[in-house]
Amino acid sequence: MTVELHHPKVGDRIVHKTFPKITRKMLALYAGASGDHNPIHIDSDFAKAAGFLDVFAQGMLVMGLLGQALTDAVPLERLRAFSTRFVAITELGAVIDCEGTVTELFEADGERRARLALTAKDQDGDVKLAGEAVVAL
Amino acid sequence: MVDQSAIGLTLAPVHARVEPGRLRFFLDVLGDRNPVYRDLAAAKAAGFSERPIPPTYLLCLEMMDGEKPFEMLDALKIDISRILHGEQKFIYRAPVHVGDELTFETSVTGVQHKKGGALTMIDVTTKVANQHGEPVADCVRVVVVRN
Repeated sequence: MTVELHHPKVGDRIVHKTFPKITRKMLALYAGASGDHNPIHIDSDFAKAAGFLDVFAQGMLVMGLLGQALTDAVPLERLRAFSTRFVAITELGAVIDCEGTVTELFEADGERRARLALTAKDQDGDVKLAGEAVVAL
Repeated sequence: MVDQSAIGLTLAPVHARVEPGRLRFFLDVLGDRNPVYRDLAAAKAAGFSERPIPPTYLLCLEMMDGEKPFEMLDALKIDISRILHGEQKFIYRAPVHVGDELTFETSVTGVQHKKGGALTMIDVTTKVANQHGEPVADCVRVVVVRN
């Protein structure tokens, strides 16, 4: 945990993790691990016929990395909501860097909560996922 | 093109069991070493009765145990090569653990056209309950169709 969670301030970056580069092997194994067998992520011929340069990462694989960065920093039992927009496709070779910053402190359902803005960016700084989490403090 | 008549389409309920070996495979693929997911003692120290699942794994359970994981595409005659995942949201209501038996009830809750009809956004909402009938999560995904 990078920052003590009990008294975060708006603007604190409490989530940050960088992952190994995305490989074809990861996409194939993630297809098996997730039950998402859409060939666009594992069959280059299929991806090219659909108008893409090559296979690209399952959005949920990258959201899985973002979730891992999140629960490395915030205990899972405090997570109330987690969402993302898939802003752009994540190409082979991408090195995904995940960050989460406190944007709001509030109370709901009788507990103090923080809202975090989350991003997953590649090695060029291009945003792939732009999301949000609500955590109990 | 998919239109408003798709709203209300309800898919066959999916029954899924959280199996430890499949969960470990998921964790290994993503390189997740967090002991709370792998070690019963760590899970109990965090207040869980068993090892919990990571935050995005619900969707995997639904796809792995659904007899037809692409049922909605078939029902709406959507070509799988034309879809992208636009958005995903999870609202957590209760913990999900290894050994739990979950039921997923999924329906189409919205259809919008964007960019002059070049894209169609389909909102798909899933209510997830455990073996005690307790709601554990709501999941909402937006499927983008490149028309």
